[in-house]
Amino acid sequence: MASLAGPGVVDLLTRTRGKGRLHWTDWLAYAYLLLGVFLMFGPVVWVVLSSFKSEAQLLEFPPTALPYGQPSVRVEGYEEPLPLFRVRLPDGSVAEMAQVRRIGIQAQMVDPAAPQRVIRVDINEREPVRTLSLATENYTELFERFHFLRYLWNSVFITVVATLLMLLVNSMAAFALAKYDFRGRDVVFVLTIATLLIPPTVVLVPVFLVVSQLGLLNTPWGVILPGAATPTGVFLLRQYMLTIPDELLDAARMDNASEWKIYWRIVLPLAAPALAVLAIFAVTWRWNDFLLPLIVLSQSEQFTLQLALNSFKGEMHTQWGNLLAMTVLTLLPITLVFGFLQRYITSGIATTGIK
Amino acid sequence: MATLELDRVVKRYGSLEVIHGVDLEVPSGAFCVFVGPSGCGKSTLLRMIAGLETVSEGEIRIDGVRVNEVPAARRGLAMVFQSYALYPHMTVRQNLAFGLENLRTPKAEIARRVAEAARMLRIEELLERKPRQLSGGQRQRVAIGRAVVREPEIFLFDEPLSNLDAELRVQMRIELKALHGRLGNTMIYVTHDQVEAMTMADLIVVLSKGRIEQAGPPLELYHRPANLFVAGFLGSPKMNFLPVRPAEGGVRLEDGTLLPLPGTALGFAPLTLGIRPERLLLEGAGPGSIEGTVRLAERLGAETYLHLDTGAGALTVRTGGEAAARPGERVPVRLPGEACHLFGPDGRVIRCAPRG
Repeated sequence: MASLAGPGVVDLLTRTRGKGRLHWTDWLAYAYLLLGVFLMFGPVVWVVLSSFKSEAQLLEFPPTALPYGQPSVRVEGYEEPLPLFRVRLPDGSVAEMAQVRRIGIQAQMVDPAAPQRVIRVDINEREPVRTLSLATENYTELFERFHFLRYLWNSVFITVVATLLMLLVNSMAAFALAKYDFRGRDVVFVLTIATLLIPPTVVLVPVFLVVSQLGLLNTPWGVILPGAATPTGVFLLRQYMLTIPDELLDAARMDNASEWKIYWRIVLPLAAPALAVLAIFAVTWRWNDFLLPLIVLSQSEQFTLQLALNSFKGEMHTQWGNLLAMTVLTLLPITLVFGFLQRYITSGIATTGIK
Repeated sequence: MATLELDRVVKRYGSLEVIHGVDLEVPSGAFCVFVGPSGCGKSTLLRMIAGLETVSEGEIRIDGVRVNEVPAARRGLAMVFQSYALYPHMTVRQNLAFGLENLRTPKAEIARRVAEAARMLRIEELLERKPRQLSGGQRQRVAIGRAVVREPEIFLFDEPLSNLDAELRVQMRIELKALHGRLGNTMIYVTHDQVEAMTMADLIVVLSKGRIEQAGPPLELYHRPANLFVAGFLGSPKMNFLPVRPAEGGVRLEDGTLLPLPGTALGFAPLTLGIRPERLLLEGAGPGSIEGTVRLAERLGAETYLHLDTGAGALTVRTGGEAAARPGERVPVRLPGEACHLFGPDGRVIRCAPRG
């Protein structure tokens, strides 16, 4: 792939203006690019790393980049595993010892190798031993204690069905607006586009009322149907379909194709690049949608991932570990979609002129 | 095989009338060419026959049956488009089969017809390719093939050769004519190229501004044009036109030379004299002789076109390939009376030159 498209990725990334050594503009360019990478990628990396931290470590200040944990050991004579500390002994030597308990500013330490002798140390004289450790329970709990798979299924169902429905409805509208000459066509088109001016929050309450009257509250259809037709989608597809020559449609008419067949067999396949772009947008919109599901879905078994994420945030207490873990899992599918379809996005945006 | 009749056919877009009542009858099996400058309505007329445009007034009949309300696909026609209009996402085979599939033709029959058309048009090895992998000439063949497999009563061609380069155009012209000979169907062919019209047609229909100027066999139109437009449109280089005034026993050219045209009653209004470049003679003796200065000599090898400035107006003369005349030279030129057409002030022909 890379060889076909000219220089490969590595070539592209290490390209410089100076030959042999770096020109000052190279330094500037790379500094700028690195800053960009840091700004965009930093938060994502931070979320992923943090999702592996224990609850205690998340609240620690100053924060650490990598997830650390304090190892503990089983010491003879004690039932619970004891946390390990590095202790500076009164004689000046340093030893790794387990803490039995802490009383005020004094800590009772014990040497795991010689559990009989308990030493009292000032707490300032000891610091916890830290090793890298992943708090995977953040993730496993999602499956054990919370219905992660249920939420995932809800999200996937809503996203897939809503996207397919949207592509179908929008492409039909776009086909009519692009290829049929009827009285009032431009008015319809302008009105469609004009709805972009109305903020979604303004129509939120009416939408809720309609959904509620139709008895769709707490069903996925209550989220799917209100967004089935979007002005952006109609506009994007219409502009693309305008580029399909009318002679092709005439040829199909001469070939005895019905109007539906022209749409289905000729126009849709030819509009595939625009459909791909719209599909990608629809998937991201639907997957990340929060407000509409929030008001339509109130029973937790109907929750989408976004709603489930929100439910981790309590009034008194927020389970940051689980929240972050689920955030990462929520990001994954959309990242994969982008990864696989990004060449359609670029080519699609290039051909449709819309992003 | 079918006859096509147009009966006072009118096309309006809103209040704009673009076709003003066209009457025409195309006999079964004829190769009929609609020719005219761009914007003359020839493509609109074709699309009306095809059923892609509605008829505002009048009647279109195929084999005597009115088809105004019959949808395009059910008229038993097939059309080849200027841009070929091949479905880009389908292979050549699928392109050929699409129309037949829509007609629910049995699979075996589709395969047979596609194979036959592919063999006839020599596109067998292209059947699995997509249109974008084909050259212009190959696309043209596929487009014709798509029409052929439908086995239509009438073929419609909308400037099918205009996207090809000159050499290929000549070749395809011959192939199309051969195809007509083999199939024997009625064909309606639209072009703005009068050479295509002259070489291919059994029946030429010259259109201008939404009206038929003249219809007839090519040589009939060439030798007996009904008006100035047809006379000027057919033939290359164009017919020479000179302004003349009626005089005793003939007409007087602008430089005063009397051209005797016996047996013609001319009246008094100024007229236009038309004479084809190949009928002018480079000789000084005899009636109708004038002199001209050579402005330009176009040497094509087999023949030479001399562009002359004379006292009577500019003339183009076709002469032999070895003509000695050089630009700037003065040469005698004679307008034989028997080769002259005369057109009245309204552009209609008054006197036709007998065939020569």
